[in-house]
Amino acid sequence: MKGKHPEAADRLAPAVTRRTVLGSAGLLAAPAIARAQGAGRPIKIGFVNPRTGPLAAFGEADAFVQENLAKTLAEGIRIGGRTHPVQILARDSQSSSSRAAEVASELILRDKVDLLTAASTPDTVNPVADQAEVNEVPCVTTNCPWQPYFFGRRGDPAKGFEWTYHFFWGLEDVIAAFTDLWSKAETNKVVGGLFPNDADGNAWGDAKLGLPPALAQKGYRLVDTGRFQPFSNDFSAQIAAFKAADVQIVTGVLAPPDFATFWSQAGQQGFRPKIATIGKALLFPSAVSSLGDRGQGLTTEIWWSPHHPFRSSLTGQTATELCDAYSKATGKPWTQPIGYEHALFEVALDVLKRAGKLEPEAILGAIRATDLRTIAGPVKWGSGPVKNVAKTPLVAGQWRRVSGGGLDLIVLANPGATEIPIGGTLDLLR
Amino acid sequence: MEWANAIIQGILLGGLYGLFAAGLSLIFGVMRLVNIAHGDLIVLAAYLALVATQTLGLDPLASLLIVVPAMALIGYALQRLLLNRTLGDDLLPPLLVTFGLSIIIQNGLLEIFSADSRRLQAGALETAALPLAGLSIGLLPLLQFGVAVAAIAGLQLLSWRTPLGRAFRATADDPEVARLMGLDNRHVFALAMALSLAIVALAGVFLALRTNFDPAIGPARLIFGFEAVIIGGLGSLWGTLAGGILLGVAQSIGAQIDPGWQILAGHLLFLAVLAIRPQGLFPRLAA
Repeated sequence: MKGKHPEAADRLAPAVTRRTVLGSAGLLAAPAIARAQGAGRPIKIGFVNPRTGPLAAFGEADAFVQENLAKTLAEGIRIGGRTHPVQILARDSQSSSSRAAEVASELILRDKVDLLTAASTPDTVNPVADQAEVNEVPCVTTNCPWQPYFFGRRGDPAKGFEWTYHFFWGLEDVIAAFTDLWSKAETNKVVGGLFPNDADGNAWGDAKLGLPPALAQKGYRLVDTGRFQPFSNDFSAQIAAFKAADVQIVTGVLAPPDFATFWSQAGQQGFRPKIATIGKALLFPSAVSSLGDRGQGLTTEIWWSPHHPFRSSLTGQTATELCDAYSKATGKPWTQPIGYEHALFEVALDVLKRAGKLEPEAILGAIRATDLRTIAGPVKWGSGPVKNVAKTPLVAGQWRRVSGGGLDLIVLANPGATEIPIGGTLDLLR
Repeated sequence: MEWANAIIQGILLGGLYGLFAAGLSLIFGVMRLVNIAHGDLIVLAAYLALVATQTLGLDPLASLLIVVPAMALIGYALQRLLLNRTLGDDLLPPLLVTFGLSIIIQNGLLEIFSADSRRLQAGALETAALPLAGLSIGLLPLLQFGVAVAAIAGLQLLSWRTPLGRAFRATADDPEVARLMGLDNRHVFALAMALSLAIVALAGVFLALRTNFDPAIGPARLIFGFEAVIIGGLGSLWGTLAGGILLGVAQSIGAQIDPGWQILAGHLLFLAVLAIRPQGLFPRLAA
């Protein structure tokens, strides 16, 4: 069930947690009885994610993740001797940052949420976190590399933010994972870079903080033809430059259509690298399988997979079990956002359980003290690159066809995340 | 050699832009309708082709046999039942209705097909290439260019050599007089939209063979169609193809200088044409 427009999204969102909503409505209708039985007011968690528009793939698992947690939510949370039911107020950002800010502000001012959460790309998490910061509401976000989250909001590493906290990996982890992956094969170490002129492309291609200095330091030669507009229809110029420089490794961070255009033109124009390690475009199995045989052997960053050795602190499910449950419920292959969205609610509920009081300061204190093993890995603020960021592990791996026709993502490089086991060796592209 | 390659790739890309633009040009020429949903209709055609290839096991190119008539039928019904009611002296109502249609199509597709990035697979044809004097020319872009030229030639023939074309031109020139002469404008407009969407079907299938698509991708691709129409001259079919090719070549030359200039070079050409020759390079001759 997906919202078609804001009104529909508003109407549909509570349906996901139907039971809790009905339960709490009953409690509201009879407050005196409820209080006598030790029940408290409902706790409201606001959740903003793109469910429609160009980023909708990130919100595809929303309904499943919340339904999967319905039982846990219905049990409520005990704070100070009272059981509080929990409501998740889910809102669609419509893939727009201004809409994300608008629904965040509504959640804060009209719905008076106790805790605000958001996920998926700087376009969603940054405006939501900014609203939370201004209105002094505790906020936890995920699923966006920490540099665009922190520096994109003009964060000062010395001071940090007061109300807003984030967990995910960063660019340094991408660099470490990619170069570790490439070191496992014999190449001429000439890398072709495809960095579009958007938030991700500019961060990855940044001459000081991005891939260029890091690759140079590790002995790779980077052929970077410069920033290009996303949704280009033609990559002939880049392909010609890569061919001229004898590029054997292609990397970059591209939207799926851009990579698909590049990859078929590369085939047509006789450019055949040994390795293609691409961020963003190859996150979703559907995007990889849409490439057909040419999708085999492509490599990418992996934030989460069924092979991650973590368990949910709420349902006890392993990563494999959660993915299987998703496939069973929806008939579709697993996707990486499922794990992080689940982990976001794990953190949110853990924070509320430890808060002691339903007051913003108490909840904020509980966020700062978080030390939780989630299905996406350990989340603990205080030891990250900046005070508001907790880092979760990132690895790299390769898409392979498995018997039965499906695709599997095999972990091949795990620098700094050795708890995630390596599942094979790198196959070169042919 | 690099430049020759850039120009050839630009020309081939121009064929795709020409396909995007021909349908727009046709309906603007006949009934002064600016179809904002054109890009979403291209994506709708791509999804129809996807369904045809997946359920019937058809080759993507063979799926055109189903998708082209299906889109033409949709076009006829759309014009007859909806858009005809909005046409009048004011350009705004049809514009707003097609804008709404664009949102409905995007969300309808999202509801049915989810946000997954999809593609039509053509197997070996996807990467097949012709070696030509040291250059490598993709077979698929070449085919797509050929189809664009053929489609526009077909439209041109239809427009100038058939009674239907005469009806199109007559209605375009003066709808009132055309009606006095016994033409049913509603039917003529609906046929024009049917033809427009038949070409949209071609554009959709070739776009889906070239790259991935998802329900939200339509508007981003549409702008080049509009630019090709304006550059070529409103209402002129060969001009539209020429506009598409010029746009494609401008983009690939821009990209050859610096990839950041690819899209910008196209927009600059567009602005230059608007500034110097606002009627477009090859405006339709006054009848």
